[in-house]
Amino acid sequence: MTTKLMGQKVQRVEDQRFLRGQGRYVDDVGVSGSTQLLHAAVLRSPHAHARILDIDVEAVLDLEGVHAVWTYDDLAGLAAPMAEPLPLLIPHPALTHGRTQYALARDEVNYAGEAIAFVVADDRYLAEDAVGRIRVSYEPLPPVVGIDAAREARALVHEDVPGNIGARLEQNVGDAPAAIKAAPHTLSLDLTVERSACTPLEGRGTVARWDPDINRLQVWTSTQSSTGVRAAVAVKLGLDLGQVDVITPDVGGGFGVKINHPWPEELLVPLAARALGRTVKFTEDRREHFISSAHERGQVQHIEVGFDDDGRLLGLDVEFWHDHGAYTPYGLIVPIITSTQLLGPYKPHNYRVVFESLYTNTVMVTPYRGAGRPQGCYAMERTMDAIAAYLGKDRADVRAVNFIQPDEFPFDQGLIFQDGRELEYDSGDYPASLEKIKALVGWDEFPAFQREMAAQGRRVGIGLACYVEGTGVGPYEGAHVHIETSGKVKVATGLTTQGQGHATVFAQLVADELGVKFEDVEVVTGDTRRMAYAVGTFASRAAVMSGSAIHLAAKRAKEKVLKIAADALEAAPEDLEIVDGVVSVKGSPGASIDLGTVSVLSNPLRYAFDEASKAATQFSVGDPGKPPVAEDDEPGLEGKDFYSPERATFASGMHAVIVETDPETAEIKILKYAVVHDCGHLINPMIVEGQIHGGVAQGVGGALYERMAYDESGQLLNASFMDFLMPYVTEVPDGIDIDHLETPSPLNPLGIKGAGEAGVIPSAAVFAAAIEDAERVDRPALAITAMPISPSELYTLRQEHPR
Amino acid sequence: MTEELHDVRLSVNGTTYDTRVPARRLLSDALRHDLGLTGTHVGCEHGVCGACTILVDGEPMRSCLMFAVSAVDHELTTVEGLTNEDGSLSPVQQAFSECHGLQCGFCTPGFLTTITAGLRDNPTPTHEEARDMIAGNLCRCTGYQNIVKAVERAAELVELAELVETPAPEAGR
Repeated sequence: MTTKLMGQKVQRVEDQRFLRGQGRYVDDVGVSGSTQLLHAAVLRSPHAHARILDIDVEAVLDLEGVHAVWTYDDLAGLAAPMAEPLPLLIPHPALTHGRTQYALARDEVNYAGEAIAFVVADDRYLAEDAVGRIRVSYEPLPPVVGIDAAREARALVHEDVPGNIGARLEQNVGDAPAAIKAAPHTLSLDLTVERSACTPLEGRGTVARWDPDINRLQVWTSTQSSTGVRAAVAVKLGLDLGQVDVITPDVGGGFGVKINHPWPEELLVPLAARALGRTVKFTEDRREHFISSAHERGQVQHIEVGFDDDGRLLGLDVEFWHDHGAYTPYGLIVPIITSTQLLGPYKPHNYRVVFESLYTNTVMVTPYRGAGRPQGCYAMERTMDAIAAYLGKDRADVRAVNFIQPDEFPFDQGLIFQDGRELEYDSGDYPASLEKIKALVGWDEFPAFQREMAAQGRRVGIGLACYVEGTGVGPYEGAHVHIETSGKVKVATGLTTQGQGHATVFAQLVADELGVKFEDVEVVTGDTRRMAYAVGTFASRAAVMSGSAIHLAAKRAKEKVLKIAADALEAAPEDLEIVDGVVSVKGSPGASIDLGTVSVLSNPLRYAFDEASKAATQFSVGDPGKPPVAEDDEPGLEGKDFYSPERATFASGMHAVIVETDPETAEIKILKYAVVHDCGHLINPMIVEGQIHGGVAQGVGGALYERMAYDESGQLLNASFMDFLMPYVTEVPDGIDIDHLETPSPLNPLGIKGAGEAGVIPSAAVFAAAIEDAERVDRPALAITAMPISPSELYTLRQEHPR
Repeated sequence: MTEELHDVRLSVNGTTYDTRVPARRLLSDALRHDLGLTGTHVGCEHGVCGACTILVDGEPMRSCLMFAVSAVDHELTTVEGLTNEDGSLSPVQQAFSECHGLQCGFCTPGFLTTITAGLRDNPTPTHEEARDMIAGNLCRCTGYQNIVKAVERAAELVELAELVETPAPEAGR
């Protein structure tokens, strides 16, 4: 019997090309081609808020090597829909004042970095030279920067959006204000989380080629949703969907920022390719990524909580303000997730949450790995810590009394989740996770260690944070499995891949289901020519959604294999098995046929192309009294299927960290980091752990270093890797201890839950808790309420809380 | 905007390339777009992320901080040149594969070249030295955990290889 690959640490097949320098990212496309590429560059607004009075492109028009110079006024003539605002992708009813930008600014700019003019030239150097010669006259308008300024609303980002409020959404379970009023104990907290950003090492990029011979457009783009870009390009360029192919080759990281689409350049590049009849490329540079791609995280939160003597929640009332930047193309996904996922593994009984999503003159906010969950986890876990401190109880015990118990699943939280479905948890075992994390980090032994360190003049602290993550949201994903006459299996799924090892894990699933060798399976992702129906890679959904679809598609292909092989072997399908690509009668190894031959037989041929196909001509096979392809059948050995769940599945986990803070410099050092993680059945533990490692590192960045330093005029002061402090190896824990719990999801055939974002969710909460614990040795009143926290900020906090 | 072009002869991975570039052409762009060696990636264009690191006469350099015209008369090694002559993976490449030291693969070429030079200078790094060796390169996917393991594993593989064969002469030192 073939070894089952699900659950095995299978080495990645994609690594071979990456390690040899043969990866194919968007900027690599067309380099060695016969047609000479043209290159685009974008003029971006230097002002956060200004009226555009005049754009003078005169100095650029006749420059040698420059092929096109476009401003807003040129767009309608190229394709009428291009003059309309970009799509509002997720139009939630609560988004009463949704606004999106134009591909090129019309009359007004609302953030420093907004696209104003688009130049195409022989190379990027020339295109940038040309951009530098365009003269724009502006009338500066008062900028709105940060949540406080947005709430004050002394100036408005959009004149027609009162109070800068894009949306207000409230959800209620029970009566939280009344329950809090009646509770024996109450607390209130005010918390702040700063902005950060995905910053993948590869920025955005798009290449497009128009083929006039077949009236088709080919677009390569670094996206998390090829089908989404395809639809947007077709609509905006006035093409039928069938005229546009979008191909997403290797993607150098996404982490959320590449789920927003279309970016202005994703439309302008195809538009230019069609208008100029040349292949055109845009590759974003690092500064452009900082100022014109999306950010996330910025929120201000106010929490009221009522609880009993054991720390049991009786009522929780949360109000928060979300900074969504200048536009809302991705709707309310981030604040909705914060407001619902905030509940984590707990049941507050009475919960009220209300948020306002606010406009500011800064670059827009769309999901960044974790997508609103880190902020929600921070709110809830800071609350748990505050309750424990108030009651003088162990922080783990307070969490434990509030857990949803294993026999309470499925558990309906009574809220509506980001996908418009009920927030119903499918499965989990939070008490078991807590036991594991306590053992892994040495929770019970920590007080003794803390005293021992204190005796040496060292201050150490421990933090714990729990989360639940809705993963694998719909609406659907699909897959196509094709068994070639060579016996090789070609698998296509429409979602994209940006480093999660899809070519490996999906091949594992197919090899298991079809009984073929792992190395005989080849997986293609993100190519609309191979799978036109797909959603995208975000929200930890790829393994759940495409994994399930691929499993189902392989099952269909297998059914067909067994039917054809049963005819050929004169056996019943249920008596057959497939091992290493050979179908045989169980217990009768002599009677067998390989998959390639089954594939030949699946397609009745008129012409013989080779020795193998001779066997499939009409003179060789079939009953002459019947049509060669039966009415309910089709030629070829393929399986196609879609997976569409009722609702999201809920992964969960707990992180714990031990930090040391320097008594003099307030430097924060990580001594130990532990993770307990439950994503249901694991397909490939090596890849899951890799996802956790990466998430933890991004979480460390968010908790301790990363912030988008906008000044009051809306200029981003740290728009480079020299100034934006992303973690190097020197900033991450030296070793992350991981333990897995597997509570399978009942919602999909493989019992899996998503794992991509887990590592980053509890970071701000767990670090705040650990730093606070370390500092409370001599400053009991010191509370950490704003993240990230730098040494200088911790130092200031110490001055404000004398011993 | 006509620019003066310069004839340059670049020696990359043992092959000589003749090309014409303006004086301001970055070496990273020349490698990628003029010579078609797209394995070298550009992550920041200001010398911080390390994705574009190549070996210049065996020493790791940020190719986004060099002009192509200044690379004349030097031996350049890019990620494409790290693979063994028989097409098999070098010890550093092999270690990355075994240890899951990469995810999206974009920063990987810069790590591979950096570590190749690092292990040449210090073939038996301590754990701390292994971490130091990669401390100038950014990775956004892996959290560095498995890259550190890969450095240590590569050192083992180099040692194993040296036990069975004579080491190849060092390129260009």
